[in-house]
Amino acid sequence: MIERLTAGVPRRALVLLGVLLAIFLVLPVLAGDYVLTVLILILYFGYAGLAWNIMMGFAGQLSLGHALYVGLGAYTAGALYVHFGIGPWIGLLAAVAIAALAGAFVGFLAFRFRIAGVYFAILTIAVAEFARVGFDHLSWTRGSAGLFLPVAQYAHNDLWHLRGHPVMFYYVLLAAIALAFVASRLLLQSRTGYFWLAIREDEEAARSVGIDTFLYKMLAVVISAAMTAFAGVIYAFYYNNLFPEQVFNITHSILIILGPMVGGIGTLFGPLLGAFLLESLAESLRTLLELIGVDLPGINQLFFGIMLLLVVIARPEGVWPWIATRLGLAGAQK
Amino acid sequence: MQLDIFLNVAVGGILTGLVYGLMALGLSVIFGVVRVVNFAHGEMMTIAMYAAITLFAAFHLDPLVMLVPIAAVLFAFGYALQAGVINKFITRPEHSQFLLLIAIGIIIVNVLLIIFGPDAQNVQVPYAFDSFKLGPLIVDATKVYAAGVAILVASALFAFFRYTPVGTAIRACADNHTGALVVGLDVRRLYALTFGLGAACVGAAGCLLLLIFDVTPSVGPAYTLLAFIIVITGGLGSMPGALLGGVLVGFTEALAGLLFTPSAKSMFAFAILVLMLLFRPQGIMGKRAA
Repeated sequence: MIERLTAGVPRRALVLLGVLLAIFLVLPVLAGDYVLTVLILILYFGYAGLAWNIMMGFAGQLSLGHALYVGLGAYTAGALYVHFGIGPWIGLLAAVAIAALAGAFVGFLAFRFRIAGVYFAILTIAVAEFARVGFDHLSWTRGSAGLFLPVAQYAHNDLWHLRGHPVMFYYVLLAAIALAFVASRLLLQSRTGYFWLAIREDEEAARSVGIDTFLYKMLAVVISAAMTAFAGVIYAFYYNNLFPEQVFNITHSILIILGPMVGGIGTLFGPLLGAFLLESLAESLRTLLELIGVDLPGINQLFFGIMLLLVVIARPEGVWPWIATRLGLAGAQK
Repeated sequence: MQLDIFLNVAVGGILTGLVYGLMALGLSVIFGVVRVVNFAHGEMMTIAMYAAITLFAAFHLDPLVMLVPIAAVLFAFGYALQAGVINKFITRPEHSQFLLLIAIGIIIVNVLLIIFGPDAQNVQVPYAFDSFKLGPLIVDATKVYAAGVAILVASALFAFFRYTPVGTAIRACADNHTGALVVGLDVRRLYALTFGLGAACVGAAGCLLLLIFDVTPSVGPAYTLLAFIIVITGGLGSMPGALLGGVLVGFTEALAGLLFTPSAKSMFAFAILVLMLLFRPQGIMGKRAA
């Protein structure tokens, strides 16, 4: 398995990856509270970006509504905890199942009825928006008033109930990213992965060589949705409050795809690099503006918009392939 | 349920729907000709709405009149956008085009947010509370004016495409891109013109809609989605379809607001979308895709 994972990857790439992982393992020790929250944001969007990347980057199915799966994951685990005291790891099972079902629903509607291209993208937005308005009126999850998870001071980190210091969330997310990264790599090298790439490049051709495009596109949506649900569970237990207006918002969906877009769609390392670049630069910009006494509410998002615009115009394949070549890692689209 | 309440709400919804239709018409024209899906459509409309609010606050100029200069400004914006950026994206993959316009949309939302703040704003025109009485019907004057002007603008656009040489040339581009190039049409300029016209449409629709609804910077994406729903319902690329889809969605929303709760009304628009995608993806007036 290890051999398969590292096959064809230059030694330099492996060493760099190891160093990077080591840096991220010790970072919380050095970071203050503020930097830690930024790091958690980076990891959150990095993870969600990896999950989205499976659907769009590998199988070529553009979802502009991934907030749906975050929201379903967050609300499932959050509501189970609030109502029945069921812990997040058990809740995760339900969250993953529900998000996967939602993914299967979207996929089935789209792929069975041949909804593709822009229609598919709009369908994903519409289902997420439908869920947003629906949850606004769902009294079991307190509707638009928001679902609040009980918060108290915890003497120690309770990993089983995900109650404790942000550092715990940092390491949980880091572990999740490592897992998602390895899983993505394995998937890409599997038969399924090759079929996905074939579908992405030319669906007509893929079908004509006998690939069951319906099945493999469904697989991509369901796996991506299930993975995204975990981001939702973390979201619920980290922030401790859930509002449909925020979790299911289309802006949230867009924020998720910004990382992979900027980093490089379809690459393994791109979503992580993109999330890191965007969040760290945006926070630096905000801090800088704060220093000179300017407080503008939309400045982060404005910055994201400009970054996305520049990347789409100048480097549509993302910055990672470009950097990888510079680092002499060509061929290793890691 | 009393019949006259039902009728009043239905008529109000249909009138609002005509303005929706004008908004969606802009999207439909752009898609029909340039084949680019304007993911910043609703955001462009909010630019027009804030322009109208600013002019009203400063000089007490009526949005119904300011519609003309604001539509002209939006035309210039759309023209410049297509000529400067989007023309280069015509041959790029679809998702690249989407993301380009999504980026522009994000920028618009947040620039408006920085300038105008997050609170809802509207205009208080002198006739804001006037109404027309027609038998059992009581109709808001603002909605009647808005719908009337929407029909006027849409008719002008129809006439432009039908009877002017430039309009005919644009239709030629839409029907056969290669053919248009062969006969020597300046396709890029015509694309820019079309995007400008689509933007002008949505600019006019913004001024009209401001008579009916408040505006916040963040409503842009919701209107973009609504325009998509309308255009898909009516048939992507069909001009009468856009108006018809607008009326249908306006009507449905109004009834849903009456029968259930107003805040859930958009769920019914989404339901229409899903049903249309499943059972008649080419839309009511659309032609079957080849």
